[in-house]
Amino acid sequence: MTMEATRYDDGTISYPGHPRSRNGAEPVETIDLSEHTAEVVTWTTSTATPPGVREPNHLAIVEFDVGEVAETSEGDAVDDGEDVETSVRALVQLVDDEAETGDEVEPVYTEELRELGAGIREPDSQGWDGYRFEPV
Amino acid sequence: MERVAIIGASMTKFGQREEWVQELLAEAGLECLEDAGVDAETVEHLYVSNMASGEFEGQTGVMNGLAHDIGAIPAYTQRIDQTSSSGGAGIYAAWQSVASGASEMTLLVGGEKMTHRTTGEATDVIASLTHPVEYKTGVTLPSFAGMTARHYLERFDAPRESLAKVASKNHKNGVDNPHAQFQKEVDVDTVLGSPIVADPLRLYDFCPITDGSAALMLCPESVAQEYTDEYVVISGIDGATDTHVVHEREDPTVMGGVVESGEGAYEMSGRDPDDIDVAELHDMFTILEFLQMEGLGFAEQGEAWELVEEGYTERDTGELPVNTSGGLKSKGHPLGASGVAQGVEIYEQLMGEAGDRQVDAEVGLCCNVGGFGNCVITTIMEAGQ
Repeated sequence: MTMEATRYDDGTISYPGHPRSRNGAEPVETIDLSEHTAEVVTWTTSTATPPGVREPNHLAIVEFDVGEVAETSEGDAVDDGEDVETSVRALVQLVDDEAETGDEVEPVYTEELRELGAGIREPDSQGWDGYRFEPV
Repeated sequence: MERVAIIGASMTKFGQREEWVQELLAEAGLECLEDAGVDAETVEHLYVSNMASGEFEGQTGVMNGLAHDIGAIPAYTQRIDQTSSSGGAGIYAAWQSVASGASEMTLLVGGEKMTHRTTGEATDVIASLTHPVEYKTGVTLPSFAGMTARHYLERFDAPRESLAKVASKNHKNGVDNPHAQFQKEVDVDTVLGSPIVADPLRLYDFCPITDGSAALMLCPESVAQEYTDEYVVISGIDGATDTHVVHEREDPTVMGGVVESGEGAYEMSGRDPDDIDVAELHDMFTILEFLQMEGLGFAEQGEAWELVEEGYTERDTGELPVNTSGGLKSKGHPLGASGVAQGVEIYEQLMGEAGDRQVDAEVGLCCNVGGFGNCVITTIMEAGQ
């Protein structure tokens, strides 16, 4: 299991990856975010959850610093100055309510983030495992 | 290009209704025909704003059903789905149909039937608009609001009470709206003492689940003058999108779709924020009223809460009354109907038909938000006579 972000030819990064960057550039590499820690940007605890979702559900937007320099599809270093991104954000589940804004968190693998088939979405349409995060 | 006029408006009682979506649409549609003084057979285009009748009720084809039910066959029909902004998108589609010359009489009806579902089921239908990596976390639209509200309060040092004041203001306005789901005042202490739904937001920071329908009749200004001396014109309208994945936005407190659609509507109308006399904003969650006030240029970033604290947005005493209808917060939020109902409120304000909610207004704005700012329509209306 990985948690793959995508770096594009224009130096931008996104999680999840898309066929093109927000500027229309092609993907050049993936970055496994599960090998990184992240910082909590903001968080919430949801007490009104849909079918198949744990209650309460602790959620956060976290930011990963993935600082390494990437290469373009031509093998050149991505060096477009200020457009080169070294961080990327993700929406994640937190293990519990222990994390606060600014805390450093790390991933813990979970087989099922929510009960597949309990909600409206077709179970085979997407993956359901992933990572919960807890303070380092 | 000839200006597009609105010559009729209607809305059903919002709330928990026994009727199903087809009946709700017909109720608002027939009332709008009567209000406009237009025969059904005169309608050339019929648009239905609806997010999820198939998912909520198992009923699709609602636009064809409505044309049959109200006697509008053989009008061209189309269902407009843009999630929570389906109503605003319907106004845009109806405006386009008239402005392009394709139709000389367009009826727009928005509606949704939701309350027969449990809160969890309804929340899941709405959350199905999210990206797969978001959906599998169990995120809900209220959860996005909770995270955004926390970030806003921490970053701009805004007091939690300022959000509660949005809810209290809009509930107070809703008391005078006979179509509102809740005609009941809610004070700040009650908001702050209500159960937590998505920390730091509580029950009264959120709009309810609602059944209801609303409608508008649009035509060229020259045709409007054949029917009435008093009407409203759409002087500016634009729509825009932001990222599908919410956390990919550079700044969590900026809704790019609000900014872009607002700029487009201002440019088209030749107006600016100072010209707006009354606004209906998409207060599905209290924090959204702040983000739209800032995105539309009514306040600097991080300062909308100060205007609310100062009473700037109060209906009877403020410089810019916001959500005179009670907003989604008090009036209710039947997804596909909400953007149309915002238009109904601005229409009634500009026509002088808002009763106890009436404010002094010549130019009004409504902003309808889909998803968590994923799709946005901003419309500026003016008295046309």
